[in-house]
Amino acid sequence: MTRSPPAVRFGLGIAGVVVLGLAWHLATTLQLVPRVFLPSPEATWKALQRGLSVGDMANQFGGTVQRMLLGWLLASIVAIAIGSLIGISPLARAYLRPTLGFLRALPASATIPIAIALVGLSPTMVLAVVTFGSIWPTLLATVQGFAMVEPRLIEVSRALHMSRLAFIWKIGLPNALPDILTGMRLSMTVALILAVIGEMLAAQSGLGQAILLAARSFRTPDLYAGIVLLGLIGAVSSYGLQLVERRLLRWKSH
Amino acid sequence: MIRARALGLFRALAVPVTVLVLYELWFRLTGQDSDTLAPPSAAFSAFLEAVRDGTLATATGQTFASLLSGLAIGGGLGLASGLVIGFSRRADDASFLAIEMLRPIPSVALLPLALMIFGFGYRMEIFVVAFATFWPFLILTQSAVRQVEPRLIEVSRILGLKPLSAARDIVLPAAAPRLMTALRLGTGIALVVAVTCEIASNPQGLGHALMLSQETLRPARMWAFLFWIGAIGLTLNLSLLRLERWLFAHRGDYDASVAT
Repeated sequence: MTRSPPAVRFGLGIAGVVVLGLAWHLATTLQLVPRVFLPSPEATWKALQRGLSVGDMANQFGGTVQRMLLGWLLASIVAIAIGSLIGISPLARAYLRPTLGFLRALPASATIPIAIALVGLSPTMVLAVVTFGSIWPTLLATVQGFAMVEPRLIEVSRALHMSRLAFIWKIGLPNALPDILTGMRLSMTVALILAVIGEMLAAQSGLGQAILLAARSFRTPDLYAGIVLLGLIGAVSSYGLQLVERRLLRWKSH
Repeated sequence: MIRARALGLFRALAVPVTVLVLYELWFRLTGQDSDTLAPPSAAFSAFLEAVRDGTLATATGQTFASLLSGLAIGGGLGLASGLVIGFSRRADDASFLAIEMLRPIPSVALLPLALMIFGFGYRMEIFVVAFATFWPFLILTQSAVRQVEPRLIEVSRILGLKPLSAARDIVLPAAAPRLMTALRLGTGIALVVAVTCEIASNPQGLGHALMLSQETLRPARMWAFLFWIGAIGLTLNLSLLRLERWLFAHRGDYDASVAT
């Protein structure tokens, strides 16, 4: 199926969003849904403005973003380093892949009780959980990327007497880059989820804790404002990484 | 063949078993007594105890009830919407922006909302699981419909099939392998989200059992539940993968590399 011309597509897309917004507006003005559960778009917008200007929301937003990015960055570094070491050796791959598969299949949030037991309800605990949980997608993707390196390139590296480090740097990582970037994008969504859950459980100042408190005291506009901001973080981080991916992989398409 | 399999199994188990044995030895030799750590042997007997007193079965049943209902609702709606936007370019144009705005919302952000509307229990968990599984089904169904061989669509036009019967007789069978992939990924997501809901707030199921073991300082039980949850995740993934291969391996259009 051919795509519509961009102008038509965006026109219709914006129309779709407007219709959705109107439906939201009507549902609240006609009281189709109790207002405690669904505040009007205007009330949400006001709560968002108030929260960001006078309230604490900007700080909470920053806290969540910081937790997510720091954990994700740590996880990415560890994952790429360990993934490269496992990836270059077929033997290490054969022995470790099943275990890594098990660890990835484990819901990352299930490690939260362990982390609480080990570290206590502290900022370190949240960071540890975010890091630990978001390691696996990138780690497995790195191993996978190394496993898929063209065998002839490996022969070339042998013929050139490349050291292991040189092989990782000059052949392995560039070839595994598409897989690694996809893994890092997945890791980012995991990191955001774990940062939010961690804030809820460990009472760290952030959007996770903010929306939980808003819901408990039935301040629904604040709750929706928090959800909007979390959606924004999710969208910006995902599209940002997609842009980076496209830039970094431009050489591949030529 | 059998030898290769035995070798594979040996390699898969070698590292974890060695680690567990060393851990057990360290624990016994140093005479640890801890609120957070437990040797594998203690975790295993805690597991048997949880099997015997029925908590394991109850918790597993509760988690699966939420997981399956949420998956059925979210996956069903995602499948239906995915078919619509896969078929109709207009519907796709009108909805893509809204989808791109709603999809990045992390599912856990809806947890407080679900808690406020439904209170504790199955319904709030099902709501969050359904939201989380809706998107992968929507996107994968749409791309599955897109990638159906255009000539098959032409055939259905020539035969004058109505949209519903064209969907049932031509598009769904052709898109089946990709839909199966959606089911596998969706099930994984559903398990993660269900357990997360239980850990964060909902007092039932495996996640809550895990959290409760930590809060009551029973580390052996905590590790037992953790391994059980991991085993469920792995088993679900591997068996759906097997099913996928078994169902579609004979088809020329089945790309085994997507199933890794």
